Amino acid sequence: MAETVPLVRARGIGKEFAAVDVLRDVDLDLFPGEIHALLGENGAGKSTFAKILAGVHRPSTGTLELNGKPVEVTSPIVAQKLGITLIHQEPISFPDLSVAENLVLGRADERWFSRVPWAEMTGEARRLMDLLGVKIDVTRQMRGLSIADQQMVEIARALASDSRLIIMDEPTAPLTPKEVETLFGIARRLRDEGRTIIFISHRLEEVRALCDRVTIFRDGNKIATDTIGNLTDADIIRLMIGRPLKEYMHKTRSQIGEAALRVEGLTLPGVFNDVSFTVRKGEIVGLGGLVGAGRTDVARAIFGVAPAASGTVEVDGKRVTIADPSQAIALGLAFVPEDRAVAGIFRTLSVEQNISAAVPDQIAPSGFIRRSVEKLLAEDAVRKLSIRLASLRQPIGELSGGNQQKAILARWLLTNPSVLILDEPTRGIDIGVKAEFYDMIGELAASGRAILLISSELPELLALCDRILVMSEGRQTADIPRSAATQEAIMHAAVPQVRGVAA
Amino acid sequence: MSTLETPAPTSGHDAAPARPRWQVVLVRPETMTLILLILGIFAGGLLSPFFLDISYILRSFTLYSEFAMVALVLTMVIIAGEIDLSPAANMALSACIFAWLQQAGVPIPAAVAVGLASGLAMGALNAFMVIGLQLPSIIVTIGTLTLYRGLAQVIAGDKSIRVPEWFIGIDKIMVAGIPLPVVLFVVVALVLGIVLGGTIFGRQIYQVGTSEVAARHAGIRAARIKLVLFLLVGLVAATAGIMTASRLGSVRYDLGLGGELQMVLMAMLGGTYIFGGRGTILGTFLAAWLLVIVSTGMIVANVLPAVQLVVLGALLIVSIIATNFIYSRTQR
Repeated sequence: MAETVPLVRARGIGKEFAAVDVLRDVDLDLFPGEIHALLGENGAGKSTFAKILAGVHRPSTGTLELNGKPVEVTSPIVAQKLGITLIHQEPISFPDLSVAENLVLGRADERWFSRVPWAEMTGEARRLMDLLGVKIDVTRQMRGLSIADQQMVEIARALASDSRLIIMDEPTAPLTPKEVETLFGIARRLRDEGRTIIFISHRLEEVRALCDRVTIFRDGNKIATDTIGNLTDADIIRLMIGRPLKEYMHKTRSQIGEAALRVEGLTLPGVFNDVSFTVRKGEIVGLGGLVGAGRTDVARAIFGVAPAASGTVEVDGKRVTIADPSQAIALGLAFVPEDRAVAGIFRTLSVEQNISAAVPDQIAPSGFIRRSVEKLLAEDAVRKLSIRLASLRQPIGELSGGNQQKAILARWLLTNPSVLILDEPTRGIDIGVKAEFYDMIGELAASGRAILLISSELPELLALCDRILVMSEGRQTADIPRSAATQEAIMHAAVPQVRGVAA
Repeated sequence: MSTLETPAPTSGHDAAPARPRWQVVLVRPETMTLILLILGIFAGGLLSPFFLDISYILRSFTLYSEFAMVALVLTMVIIAGEIDLSPAANMALSACIFAWLQQAGVPIPAAVAVGLASGLAMGALNAFMVIGLQLPSIIVTIGTLTLYRGLAQVIAGDKSIRVPEWFIGIDKIMVAGIPLPVVLFVVVALVLGIVLGGTIFGRQIYQVGTSEVAARHAGIRAARIKLVLFLLVGLVAATAGIMTASRLGSVRYDLGLGGELQMVLMAMLGGTYIFGGRGTILGTFLAAWLLVIVSTGMIVANVLPAVQLVVLGALLIVSIIATNFIYSRTQR
């Protein structure tokens, strides 16, 4: 392929969000007539890269060439004009309009008051559908279509605008095996016509069945690009996770006591199924898996934010019903949520108020707030967790992410919890502060608290946890003791099982 | 104001520097309300010497005191992230129920009690739909404002219902030379100011209004707080309705018609943030006086009623722009 001019030549592509590098210096050539897989863990940068190609994000650094000519993809509309289409997992379409209308929407030649050419529209829509070889009534509303059919419409849109690069971001996740087969058939036909397809998936077997070449991302860097035949599954997993195993090993051995939190058969239909585990005093239990595996939902169910439909929860050996977070707090549970900006902080309120939010009885025994008590508690927390701030009275939104997270942790430590649920506690936090968090988590366990740590970062789980549970697509797939825990073992349990893919 | 022009620091990895203390104290919407109030008094004094007669201003205030009292509670509702547009209709319906009962021979204390209870019930209906059925409060209370006003008309018809002579004239009762309704307004403002600024209940109102999701995660019972607030608006509105009945001497279904807009105007003029999470009782307190000063000033100066409306509308828009500007400027 070396002699062909690449369709896309990316050089030095980087992207930073809020001063955090999510993509660094990526060079990649994509050739006409190939299906190219992007692989990597959550947050490795593959979706960011795809979105840069599709004009959703603009790169902070680097250049793009299309057919040897430099281009700037400033918006999805520009991308469309250049012949680049991104197909979303859950298609973004207009559900109340017909298939035909969705197909021709957003064409540049439309004016506000131009006549809608219904007949031509329907005719062209039929032609495109025939081209794809799918049978969909183009006059039907999008709403009534299956997700697979909606994806077909998106693909037809890409054909309609004669896209040369079609990016599919985890297209198979919501599809049945038969639908996957149809999709793959079409993808292969498009490739044979000389178009280029980027395929993003977590499912290795699918990648192997469909793709010609594969590029692996890790921590925002491109790690490798190779022909799929040259790599074994083990190679790919190793490349995906194989960061130098820096031994954090902050876990100070702590005395593991009796069960603090026991969950039995927890089920919320369609979200998670039959989840059972126990966390003991002084124990750190990890909960690993891919994003969307249902880990956060389990935590929310235990804490009463969105209770489960069935199953039992025991705290300190007593069976409890938790229908609201206030009940969970009264039982000695604490939950640091994953989405700090929405579910954690009160952005415009003072740091002080944010820290004292969960302990009204401590700062106001009689209902009237005693500001001196509140200030002392907050000052104490700031010192202990070394929260860096200018003033206790400043809005917490002015603090950096790491310090916001420390303030939220401080809030929960004031409740003196016996069970702490930490959901991605170090997400979006600088490396240095991460290490501080690891120390703190270790100390909390050493002081006899039970900790359930949800994390997508394998080294974090391996370094901190006594036991690692893994979830995949709403099911518990593994319970790995510390001695047997490896990145490979976790990843194998986390990646969804294949469901009959066309070879 | 060169300090204000300093570009926001490119927030590094720790924290933005805190704003200087004088800014925290002074650059806030209530300051704007106070300045407008002082300007209003000054301009009024220039227009007419009678204007500076304090008893004249107090008498004028009694006309607005009922709305102003409700506006104080409404401020708390708005801070909690909701809104209630039904209290003026609630005033009318409570007053009609009270007046109809006493006309039918029910003793006045019992009629007052039933009137207040009906106000509570109206608040409870709003709360049920907003909290229980998860409907947007603006739509719910537009619905109930129509419903309550309609029920008032069903009960009272198109006629006025008289109240007994001895019950008339709450505005003529003086406490240390100040009309009773004004005294009540000040007392309610003091109590609510302390509740909002100094208690856990008040604190949690701000937290719920800032982020209901975060509040729930912190174990704050948002539903309970909102329920209390809607009930309180209902109760205070009913009180205001019966006070109005005493001041006017008779009750018609159109008592307090359009009052909801005056109440919202007071809260907005006082710097309450329409999206919740910010605002103070002090702001609404000052804004009530500002509204009275401006309205009375324009009457004294013989400004045409149509122009008065234009001025009030402009005032509202200016206050919303200023409030938004100040909040976006001071809290990143």
